[in-house]
Amino acid sequence: MNLQDFLSMSGYAAYVWPCYGLTAAVLIWMVWSARSQWRREIVRAQRRVLSQQQTGQQEVQS
Amino acid sequence: MSSTSSQTPLPTPEGRAIARAPSRWLWFHKLGSPPYAYGLASRLRPWFMGATVILMLVGVFGGLVLAPPDYQQKDAFRIIYVHVPAAIMSLQVYMAMAIAAAVGLIWRMKLAHAFAAACAPVGAWFTVLALATGSIYGKPMWGTWWEWDPRLTSELILLFLYLGYMALRESFDDIPRADRASAILAIVGVVNVPIVKYSVVWWNSLHQAPTISKIDTPSITLSMGWPLYTLVLAFMLYFAAVMCDRLRSEILRRERNASWLMENIDRS
Repeated sequence: MNLQDFLSMSGYAAYVWPCYGLTAAVLIWMVWSARSQWRREIVRAQRRVLSQQQTGQQEVQS
Repeated sequence: MSSTSSQTPLPTPEGRAIARAPSRWLWFHKLGSPPYAYGLASRLRPWFMGATVILMLVGVFGGLVLAPPDYQQKDAFRIIYVHVPAAIMSLQVYMAMAIAAAVGLIWRMKLAHAFAAACAPVGAWFTVLALATGSIYGKPMWGTWWEWDPRLTSELILLFLYLGYMALRESFDDIPRADRASAILAIVGVVNVPIVKYSVVWWNSLHQAPTISKIDTPSITLSMGWPLYTLVLAFMLYFAAVMCDRLRSEILRRERNASWLMENIDRS
């Protein structure tokens, strides 16, 4: 089997490759977006903790 | 006859504590605690991810190169290696989401609600993939991109259930309220799951009969089947890996305990 035959998918290349490409794109994007969302939530949680500490100190001072 | 396990514990406070410690439900309480689940997700994610990458590469190589072409569909049948796992996951993720929502509603378990909320976008994307690859598969096989056929229509309703669940959550500012309302929608939507699954059996569908669900007489030979089984397993592990990140996001969003956040969020 040569590469040309493989890529042509017995004439169904226009259907097979878009399916694999689309699936790969969605799966990779979902991993990336879940990861970056988690990082954003860490930053948000840190900010929340900081603001809680600051308001706590202000209450103590006043 | 003198078995030590059947002896009644000593009536001292220490004895009672020891006898009650290994509760059958301990794992449930442990898993239900957000800090434990957060740590577990952090530890498990690299393993899920590694196994996913290996199994996906093996499965795709098997499906595209090693499996022989179908006698009727030629190489077009190779679309099933991405279409079937995506379609299976679209249903399994929905069941996981609905069961988690029910657990959250019945036992008021916050972590179960967090899990259900984390499931929805992943399930929606699996449904989009199943519909899109199915549509591309349908064009050369049936001569049409879309048909209002029972299987296709019920799968489209599944997508709307996921989108409705997400939209309903978005409409609440208060997380516990969003949890309760969306849980009811998720549980009611379960009726659609058997309709999707058995639509090709119950009605005359354009869609072909199940490929692997008939375990005793699978309609696929082993040389074509093993890449499919491998990829179904790979998609399940992929879901687990993505859920590790998504569940941790949900836990962070809900956690108000500052000291716990300080201790845990710096870990990667």
